[in-house]
Amino acid sequence: MAEEKYETHEYDVIVIGAGGAGLRAAVEASAQGVKTALVCKSLLGKAHTVMAEGGIAAAMGNVYPEDNWKVHFRDTMRGGKLLNNWRMAQLHAQEAPDRVLELEEWGALFDRTKEGLILQRDFGGHRYARLAHVGDRTGLEMIRTLQQHAVHKGIDVYMECNLQRLLTDAGRIAGAFGYWRETGKFILFKCKAVVLATGGGGKAWKVTSNSWEYTGDGVTMAADVGADLMDMEFMQFHPTGMVWPPSVRGILVTEGVRGDGGTLKNAKGERFMFNYIPEFFKAETAETEKEADGWYEDKRNRRTPDLLPRDEVARAINSEVKAGRGTAHGGVFLDIASRRPADYIQRRLPSMYHQFKELADVDITKEAMEVGPTCHYAMGGVRVDADTTAATVPGLFAAGEVAAGLHGANRLGGNSLSDLLVFGRRAGLYAAEYCKSLKGALTVNNDEVNAFARGMLAPFESKGNENPYTIHADLQECMQGLVGIIRVETELKKALETLQQLKQRARNVKIEGNRQYNPGWHLALDLHSLLTFAEAATLAAIERKESRGGHTRDDYPSTDAKFAKVNVIVRKRNGALALSQEPLPEMPEELKALLEEKK
Amino acid sequence: MAEQQVHMRLWRGDVKGGEFRDYRIGVGEGMVVLDVVHAIQAQQANDLAVRWNCKAGKCGSCSAEVNGKPRLMCMTRMNTFQPGETITISPMRTFPIIRDLVTDVSFNFEKAKEIPAFKPKPKEADGTRRMFQEDIDRVQEFHKCIECFLCQNVCHVIRDHDDNKPAFAGPRFFVRLASLEMHPLDCNDRIELLQKKAGLGYCNITKCCTEVCPEHIHITDNAIIPLKERVVDRYYDPIAKLLGLFSTKNK
Repeated sequence: MAEEKYETHEYDVIVIGAGGAGLRAAVEASAQGVKTALVCKSLLGKAHTVMAEGGIAAAMGNVYPEDNWKVHFRDTMRGGKLLNNWRMAQLHAQEAPDRVLELEEWGALFDRTKEGLILQRDFGGHRYARLAHVGDRTGLEMIRTLQQHAVHKGIDVYMECNLQRLLTDAGRIAGAFGYWRETGKFILFKCKAVVLATGGGGKAWKVTSNSWEYTGDGVTMAADVGADLMDMEFMQFHPTGMVWPPSVRGILVTEGVRGDGGTLKNAKGERFMFNYIPEFFKAETAETEKEADGWYEDKRNRRTPDLLPRDEVARAINSEVKAGRGTAHGGVFLDIASRRPADYIQRRLPSMYHQFKELADVDITKEAMEVGPTCHYAMGGVRVDADTTAATVPGLFAAGEVAAGLHGANRLGGNSLSDLLVFGRRAGLYAAEYCKSLKGALTVNNDEVNAFARGMLAPFESKGNENPYTIHADLQECMQGLVGIIRVETELKKALETLQQLKQRARNVKIEGNRQYNPGWHLALDLHSLLTFAEAATLAAIERKESRGGHTRDDYPSTDAKFAKVNVIVRKRNGALALSQEPLPEMPEELKALLEEKK
Repeated sequence: MAEQQVHMRLWRGDVKGGEFRDYRIGVGEGMVVLDVVHAIQAQQANDLAVRWNCKAGKCGSCSAEVNGKPRLMCMTRMNTFQPGETITISPMRTFPIIRDLVTDVSFNFEKAKEIPAFKPKPKEADGTRRMFQEDIDRVQEFHKCIECFLCQNVCHVIRDHDDNKPAFAGPRFFVRLASLEMHPLDCNDRIELLQKKAGLGYCNITKCCTEVCPEHIHITDNAIIPLKERVVDRYYDPIAKLLGLFSTKNK
């Protein structure tokens, strides 16, 4: 191959990913006065954040003045089955209100209370109505506000630019390498720090709410330069995805439907969630339909079990369907039509109304929706320092879904958008500080870059005949069938074998066409990260021999006190992923006390 | 429902030229046009270029012209076509072609940079921001925009007139400008921009933009016409003009 000259740019901070976390990080780094670029795989404003529906969790106390960060902290920790990094949960609960108000200063228009303040809605696992929202299109409001703010601040944006590899110099971040989707030409960034804000890897599963972008790039790039991954066994299956027709299976149905009064029913019309209240949440969950319905208006009642944390609800739906009480299409019913007036539903849930009407011929103001679990969110990811978001490789930072820790074993709805804002800002801030304090020059190793480039072009010269789309589909079948909601050791081990075969096959991918905007080639390159993400998730799932949050083992159905004290860490050593268990950081007594309060 | 075969014609090519190519493929229940395009990509044309993200009408990435009509491919159900009907998909015409169904929409991102930023007035005495739902309803309608750029694509001011592009922001950005102008907290002034650089006067309210908006934003009635009224009030108010003749103030 003739050596090509790579388009090269120099910055202090490169932010990879332009969803909520990436945008907020770039805005902050730039405000700190360091030269910053934002690099994203799609057009600006199309990242996954745009699909977020329900809202941003922040204890502002606009609807319930008794709400405060301590209650939010407690809810987050309990929702995460106490495996969360306590310091992240604390910072998140304390700083989320300021981050929401900041969006308002930048032009966001949230729905209002009668007093003219930001309205907050009920969501699963949150004791009080806490989610700042705009109907059911909060993510759109958030991404557009941040996008416009970033544009006005003059931040350099590289759109449809896919970074694939991080470059290091003596163990420190020195750059990143990838390609322009439009031309297929390579691009090299030399920089002092990289903020990963790339989201998760849910596209490795078949029934998923995730878009093509969710290929585990950040996790893989970090692992490839030796950074620690953590909590990879915890995948969130959102309880309510669409199930019918087949072409829309997995598309998200917001938890806001239940937050605004909708209930889950099986095919016999029973509100089955009352049969699935775990001991852990018994004290704070309503036992009768009357009490559950009363909770919406009066928080002296206990919370409806329809709004238990997502892991509980997803497992319950799974059990109902397995027991033969599911709908004809293998889901359960989500009914708001019989419980709230049509104009209320249309006002509160306009995009759900639209989505069901257009895609499923269902009028949600008149009929129940059919829903079932869909792969939604990775709690695990890059291991970071709680305060600074620094990964274990100097110069590498991570925020949002790609980072691990805040959500523990299960994320509460609404805690993602606030996570993006709180830790996106922190990532930008501390990446900038790191750059300012960095001593000495960094060099990019040209041989390493050339080797990456050759590797990325290999599929064009391949003698194999594998279709990248077929390998991806086979990977999705494998993860869906063997590393799904309910796991068991024999199946997990079978998944590992299948993943090894898929890795072999991925080396024989053959690409047709040229480098210019070629999705087949892009997918072929993404297979590396999809397979790495899947393997890390599977290995960690084998290691954690208990059931907790977004990790349920049929062969170890209860929680285990031993595993309550450890995170599973995955790291790449000598080209292979290796496992270890490391103790959770010790929580201060005053925070422990908050967790022990009843109700 | 048994799987049916459909006949699709997709535009394939790049800036140097291209052609419609025929594909026959099976269609399952509930499928949308984007599903069929993906099936062709996976089975018959791995390198077929198409943009998409959410597949649920929320991100505005998969805009194209389906049988000549500007649509989101992810929200166009296959059962809306007659059995046996050939479905033709071409890229948006107003923007330069990159490859296949993907166009260069950078025009829009450049226009976005020209709009003066949101500038909030001071906070209330108690440190809060108070706005009432009835005052923000009309602005929230504009915030529904998913930037699919179908309104830009269909706008006849620029659709066949590249030469108008430098002097015209287009419906998407009139919606954006209206959202800022009507924002209860904003105190920036964009009327001069509207009248001059954004070229609001070029629009002769044919409502094509409103018709294609997948979010059903009343672009013409709720954004463009009120903006036109504001421009008229500023620049063409006969009484102000008359008074201006006698004014000694420096203009």
